[in-house]
Amino acid sequence: MEIKNEVLERLESKGVNRRDFIKYTTLVTSVLGLAPSMVPRVAQAMTAKERPTVIWLHFAECTGCSEALLRTTYPWIDEVVLEVLNVAYHETIMAPSGEAAEKSLHDAMAKYKGKYILFCEGAVPTKDNGIYGKVGGRTMLEIAKAATKDALATVCVGNCACSGGVQAAKPNPTQAMSVEKATGVKTININGCPPNPINMIATVVHYLLLGKLPAVDKVGRPLFAYGSTIHDKCPRRSHYENKEYVKKFGDEGAMKGWCLAEVGCKGPDTYNNCSLIKFNDGTNWPIGAGHPCIGCSEPGFWDEKAPFYEAL
Amino acid sequence: MAKYTIDPITRIEGHLRIDVEIEGGKVKDAWSSAQLFRGLELILKGRDPRDAPHITQRACGVCTEVHALASIRALDDAVGVKIPPLARIARNLVHAAQYIHDHPTHFYALHALDWVDVVSALKADPKKTAALADGLGSYPKSGAADFKAVQDRVKAFVDSGQLGPFANGYWGHPDYRLPPEANLLAVAHYLEWLRLQVKAARMMALFGGKNPHIQTYVTGGVSCVQDLVNVDRLAEYLYYLKEMQAFIDNVYIPDLLAVASFYKDWGAKNIGGCTNFLAYGNFPQESAKYGAENMWLPGAVIMKRDIAKPMEVDPSKITEEVKRAWYEDGAPLNPAKGETKPIKPDYNYDGKYSWFKAPRYDGQPMEVGPLAQVLAAYAKGHKPTAALVGAVLKHLDVPAAALFSTLGRTAARAIETKVIADQAAAWVTEIVGLVKGGDTKTCAEWSWPDKGMGMGLIDVPRGALGHWVNQAKDKIENYQLVVPSTWNLGPRDAKGQVGPVEEALIGTPVADPARPLEIIRTVHSFDPCIACGVHVIDPKTNEVRKFKVL
Repeated sequence: MEIKNEVLERLESKGVNRRDFIKYTTLVTSVLGLAPSMVPRVAQAMTAKERPTVIWLHFAECTGCSEALLRTTYPWIDEVVLEVLNVAYHETIMAPSGEAAEKSLHDAMAKYKGKYILFCEGAVPTKDNGIYGKVGGRTMLEIAKAATKDALATVCVGNCACSGGVQAAKPNPTQAMSVEKATGVKTININGCPPNPINMIATVVHYLLLGKLPAVDKVGRPLFAYGSTIHDKCPRRSHYENKEYVKKFGDEGAMKGWCLAEVGCKGPDTYNNCSLIKFNDGTNWPIGAGHPCIGCSEPGFWDEKAPFYEAL
Repeated sequence: MAKYTIDPITRIEGHLRIDVEIEGGKVKDAWSSAQLFRGLELILKGRDPRDAPHITQRACGVCTEVHALASIRALDDAVGVKIPPLARIARNLVHAAQYIHDHPTHFYALHALDWVDVVSALKADPKKTAALADGLGSYPKSGAADFKAVQDRVKAFVDSGQLGPFANGYWGHPDYRLPPEANLLAVAHYLEWLRLQVKAARMMALFGGKNPHIQTYVTGGVSCVQDLVNVDRLAEYLYYLKEMQAFIDNVYIPDLLAVASFYKDWGAKNIGGCTNFLAYGNFPQESAKYGAENMWLPGAVIMKRDIAKPMEVDPSKITEEVKRAWYEDGAPLNPAKGETKPIKPDYNYDGKYSWFKAPRYDGQPMEVGPLAQVLAAYAKGHKPTAALVGAVLKHLDVPAAALFSTLGRTAARAIETKVIADQAAAWVTEIVGLVKGGDTKTCAEWSWPDKGMGMGLIDVPRGALGHWVNQAKDKIENYQLVVPSTWNLGPRDAKGQVGPVEEALIGTPVADPARPLEIIRTVHSFDPCIACGVHVIDPKTNEVRKFKVL
């Protein structure tokens, strides 16, 4: 593979390590299912002279998705902020508060009207016109409607923004709902609680590279990440085929790493690439820690996949 | 007298609004208001209790893991199970990883920009920064060339004209007191920690399955047996731990001391200080008991800053008040019958103004969090804590009374990080001993009682966290959380007593109300987590008195 020298030089002048960058673009390219010949184009997409502007909004959520993004290593989060993107508004990391923070939002929305990529983390409370969630005096419902209207694309990160999440579980006291449902604007949904940061980055790269959003399933999830079930690619699959099950936590089967179906694993009904890429740079994943999948990338999983410790 | 609203408060978890009245260059009065209601406790009702750790963990993704831990302890308590030693220590290791991740992340990613002027770092002489670093600690990447590279990188970023999250910061504010070379040092370490925190998170994932939001705590123990009996996993934990300790000892603590040395007056004048402190204690040493007396880090109640008289925590003295919160009124001790209902959130300085309730201990507002935890351990003679507190006070040449301040709170966070990181290796050794001796039991048998009540009280990075569950067979009848940020950022109570952050803000100097740097500094020192703190409870279970410590 060849990445244009000028791209690498520009990166190095910004303090980005050449080897890390090649490793990262290669990984993203493969997660996206693109041919290795696309690596140089991925690299170029990530190093445009003017960095693409991102506005990241928080609604009803726990900030776990932002934390997940902080764990990215291809590129690292400091590179995302300083060299790859122009993160014009993100409440968890931005320097100013109050009016000065509001100014950052309004400036970015005006200057990059129709050009910014909007990331939404959190569901939108809609009961009583959305009075259960406010930022800077405006309801999240108002903010969501205004920000999605002028966005180039709206990317929902996490189960809350994609499908309402935990606050939308029965009885849904605030009538919280997905950004798409609350605003009527079509969104791309990086589902999960939280999603893997690799899937967030890969979606952005796809957009920058090909100029269009990746192909999605019927609930808006990119097929490159959510095209098959956890169960399809599970390393414990052979134990399932052999009918070797964990019956109770801490039993012989648990010690041997057998199938978790009987203690409630939702892997067969859950579309995600956890079993392939795992979490925290491949350190582990829930099934690796002997715990059943709770189906967190499925819409409505808090109700539909519960109770979590009962077999499907 | 002018009132100012700061909304949103950024660099926190969740949606917080702070209002202040300023007179003569100082905060005269303050109001803390949570701006989001989610209703998790209503959602928990009627569900399988075993699902509660997953649901409550979603209270917060910054303080991930901690609600799962409080919840699983409440469930263990409700069903009366004694977890095996291996499970207890595994939970300690995962919880320690949360501290080691969370506290430095708060200091560098969320709090540093209240002390550090990024723009000023561009004016620094990297050679002077290297000399400064050399005098503070021994850490690689501290040569003049390293700091020059960081400065060049920041300069390229600023020159791009796209300032991203650093746009509209309070750069050049008169209360940024660090010289350019110290600012450059701090910026370099901010970037360094952003990389290292990824590894700290891996420490949690080794036994927790992933981070954020672990999946390993199960009623009666933990599920990660394969990871615990795998020596390679234990070694990996130690490997990351060593890297974290090198950073904590040579960067985090020295940075804290360096910053503090420019703000000693904030300690001397007790700017940002509170009066009463509550800590439940942390890291159980025996599987059967969760009481304060069984914790490796002791808990205590300290009233009126009297660290000579730490008192034992009595959970029966905890109440929550709603007089100034957006819920239907009810007395704290004798709540009205029927459901507590959220009401229309009309902001009223003299009436109701927050989704937070006001927790009280013996009728008093209490600060919780690292300062309370460190004060409790110090007051009770916990040796590693006492030694470190003594060393920090001596280095800064300030009396213990200086701890009652924004600065003390920020220092306590660093002290606590080191104390816990220095202990974690001993727990790994304990696991090795158990596994070597053939004790690989990770889960104990249990069954549902017809009716049970359980309580999980622990300290977590943001302070004292309590979960209470009432269960009938496999259904939750009631579930209640009283969380750190509700203690710290809750509103006034029926008697008009202000909450801790409001108390801390009163008297804070404000050089320029349009750029309220000093106010944000004190608010951030509490490490607010707003999503955690907003909840609604059934008044019928508001009688915390009826629970006893095991």
